[in-house]
Amino acid sequence: MKPFKTLAVAGTLMAATFLTTVAVDAKTLRWARSQDATTLDPHSGNTGPNHVLAHNIYEPLVIRSFDGKLTGALATSWRVLPTDPTTWEFKLRPNVKFHNGNAFTADDVVFSMKRALMPAADMKSLLVGVTDITKVDDLTVHFKTSGPNPLLVNNLTNLMIMDKEWAEANNAATPQNLREKVENGATRQAVGTGPFQLVTREPDVRTVLRVFPGHWGASEANHGITEIVYRPIPEAATRVAALLSGEIDYLQDVPVQDIARLQTSTGIRVNPGPENRPIFLGMNVGLPELRSSDVKGKNPFADVRVRQAVNTALNREAIQRVTMRGQSTPLGIIATPYINGYTKELDTWPRYDVAAARKLLADAGYPNGFSVTLHCTNDRYVNDEGICQSAVSMLGQIGIRTTLVAQSLRVHFPAIQRGEYDFYLLGWGIPTFDSHYVFNDLYRTKTQSAGTWNGTGLSNATLDAQIDSLNSEIDPAKRNATIAAIWKWIKDNDVYAPIHMQFIAGAMRSEWNIPTDVENTPKMRFLNARGS
Amino acid sequence: MSHRAAAPQPRLKLTWKERVAIWRDSDLWLSFKASPVAIMSTAVTLLIVIAAIFADVLAPQDAFDPVALNLLDGFAHPMERGAGSNMLFVMGSDEQGRDIFSALFYGTRLSLLVGVASVIFSMVLGIGLGLLAGYLGGKIEMLIMRVADIQLSFPAILIALLIFGVARGLIPPQQYETTAVFVIIIAIGLSNWAQYARTVRASTLVERNKEYVQAARLMGISGFGIMARHVLPNVMGPVLVIATINLALAIIEEATLSFLGVGLPITQPSLGTLIRSGQKFLLSGEWWILFFPAMMLVILALAINLLGDWLRDALNPKLR
Repeated sequence: MKPFKTLAVAGTLMAATFLTTVAVDAKTLRWARSQDATTLDPHSGNTGPNHVLAHNIYEPLVIRSFDGKLTGALATSWRVLPTDPTTWEFKLRPNVKFHNGNAFTADDVVFSMKRALMPAADMKSLLVGVTDITKVDDLTVHFKTSGPNPLLVNNLTNLMIMDKEWAEANNAATPQNLREKVENGATRQAVGTGPFQLVTREPDVRTVLRVFPGHWGASEANHGITEIVYRPIPEAATRVAALLSGEIDYLQDVPVQDIARLQTSTGIRVNPGPENRPIFLGMNVGLPELRSSDVKGKNPFADVRVRQAVNTALNREAIQRVTMRGQSTPLGIIATPYINGYTKELDTWPRYDVAAARKLLADAGYPNGFSVTLHCTNDRYVNDEGICQSAVSMLGQIGIRTTLVAQSLRVHFPAIQRGEYDFYLLGWGIPTFDSHYVFNDLYRTKTQSAGTWNGTGLSNATLDAQIDSLNSEIDPAKRNATIAAIWKWIKDNDVYAPIHMQFIAGAMRSEWNIPTDVENTPKMRFLNARGS
Repeated sequence: MSHRAAAPQPRLKLTWKERVAIWRDSDLWLSFKASPVAIMSTAVTLLIVIAAIFADVLAPQDAFDPVALNLLDGFAHPMERGAGSNMLFVMGSDEQGRDIFSALFYGTRLSLLVGVASVIFSMVLGIGLGLLAGYLGGKIEMLIMRVADIQLSFPAILIALLIFGVARGLIPPQQYETTAVFVIIIAIGLSNWAQYARTVRASTLVERNKEYVQAARLMGISGFGIMARHVLPNVMGPVLVIATINLALAIIEEATLSFLGVGLPITQPSLGTLIRSGQKFLLSGEWWILFFPAMMLVILALAINLLGDWLRDALNPKLR
């Protein structure tokens, strides 16, 4: 028996060694990006950088993996009730704990969804048409919609669930209003059910997350990360230098000019891929007179010919070739090939033609052009300021004298939402993968719950009615016909000037292999560190 | 030789010719003629100043008018023709198709403008306060010189950053661009006055007890008049030396501020702003966007510095 015992002991030892190796494998991911989340409050800012942190701390009911596939997170199953097409039923995951030890129940879902519908929230548009959320039992929730809404589940991927008890006890029962300079208990603190819990939060400096051992998926998790240190590094060259010097492990947005160089660097892996995010210019058509223009008494952008002139003056191919170094696909609509409603026929744009654009301007009554201020981010999209500079130069050639103001997204986004700009750059990720999300936020008349990112002042009752009808149309053929009709109107009216869909590239030290997320919000829970 | 013509007049009114003649006779000119460094640095400085003044005429491209740019010219290598306009880019082009060679003209102009204006600003301020301190003495002197001491114990760049930050807080964001040049002139000017004040005070202390000042006082000339008409001309020598050397420092200080992103905006770039905008391409191989503005800055600062060094030595009685 003795040799066997020795063998057993040796086996245990070997197993122990093996296990230790695995434990040593677990490591810190030092993650850098150009900008920080504006707040940790998951319902306050419907923007990518906010969702990135939120997705690792909090969890939605359903979530998309790196390739965009929908799977259950806090919900295990969902269906439209066969007896009532206006009610969605979600079965919740049992035995889920928040980071503070509280149990996750239907009450938290009801609380969080109602919180996301409050006036200060920025996630309202995703819940448009939802009239009530009710608890059936501890693990069942019903979403009641104003009409049948077959696509509701697609809207819930970025709607995070907070702990009701914690939020109420910590001055976070209502969302932080980013349009005003106030904070609440959830701005710098976060208690979710997600795979990582917040350790420290220093806005614009660093955010440290540690793996949450009590996460329901912890036993199957394969990401091997014990700690995430998330740091914003605004300067492009500094960001790249930090990766090359080993100061960081993962760079989420590689400057386009450095992709080629990083691909040839040893020890660095670059994972490029398109992002489901059109980039475009918005023109304010709603104002009686532009704030920044020398044309007084009327608004040049209110004339469709002026907007067509802007679209014709933009040399999208040149922007793709030079500014983006090929890392983009020009677009003629604010939609990507990934989303429902996109067609090749819609995705066309006027050929770049200075003479034709000048003629359109002259026909509209502006033979000598006019002046206007273009507002732009300088820390959000790939080469955003460069795109704007190119646009200024191209518009200048047809006589639109454009002044460029490039600022941080912290200033830029709230101003768009308040409708303060005449002319601005924006990018729009489409997490629902459906045209409705584009229409409802960018084209619909601004109200409490819709048109939240419509900074153009566009307000068209017929269009609004068509957009709203999409919420409740269950016949896919009819619904798609309405979508096509809306796109037709959009093509005829050119309220925005679409530019391109940007490619994003993540670069990392080669011991990591983090795929590019089609929504550019990498969720580390899906990372497979063992590479199977 | 001017004596005979001017003899009847107590106040000498010299013709232009006579002034040149006096100048050609002076130690300064002799020292200048004997110094190849001085001749070279003067020539280079003059060349740069002329290029900067006539930037609009001399630059091949109106580099900061967006209408003049063609995006397809972007990233042309030095001595390469642009893909869009077929223009020859001697020093290459940046990501917007801007000719770096032309950008240097405009960038140098702004760098020089900010440098000269801020030096004049700090000189006027420093001389005024130094004269007051030296001539009046007492509590006023105490106050001014202690403030100068405190300021000299901070690096100038830190003070400029502080002033810039305060100005940013006071000026509404829409006016950043239009006021940027003035803000930076004042910021650099305010951070450099103390040296002038110290020098002028020291010279004033020496001058005010000399007989000509006492004579003026006996004649009943006011304190202000004595300071301005009698003391000031006699303390200007050392001030001009400091001003020349400070000009190079001010240009570098401006470039530093702009490089840090708190100076001039990209729409009206100085050399520092050009270097800043080229910096992001340093790792990706487009070296010329950064290299040429940086070289220009080095040459400009070096030329002015050498000129200042020579002037200091030439005016130093101990080295004569």
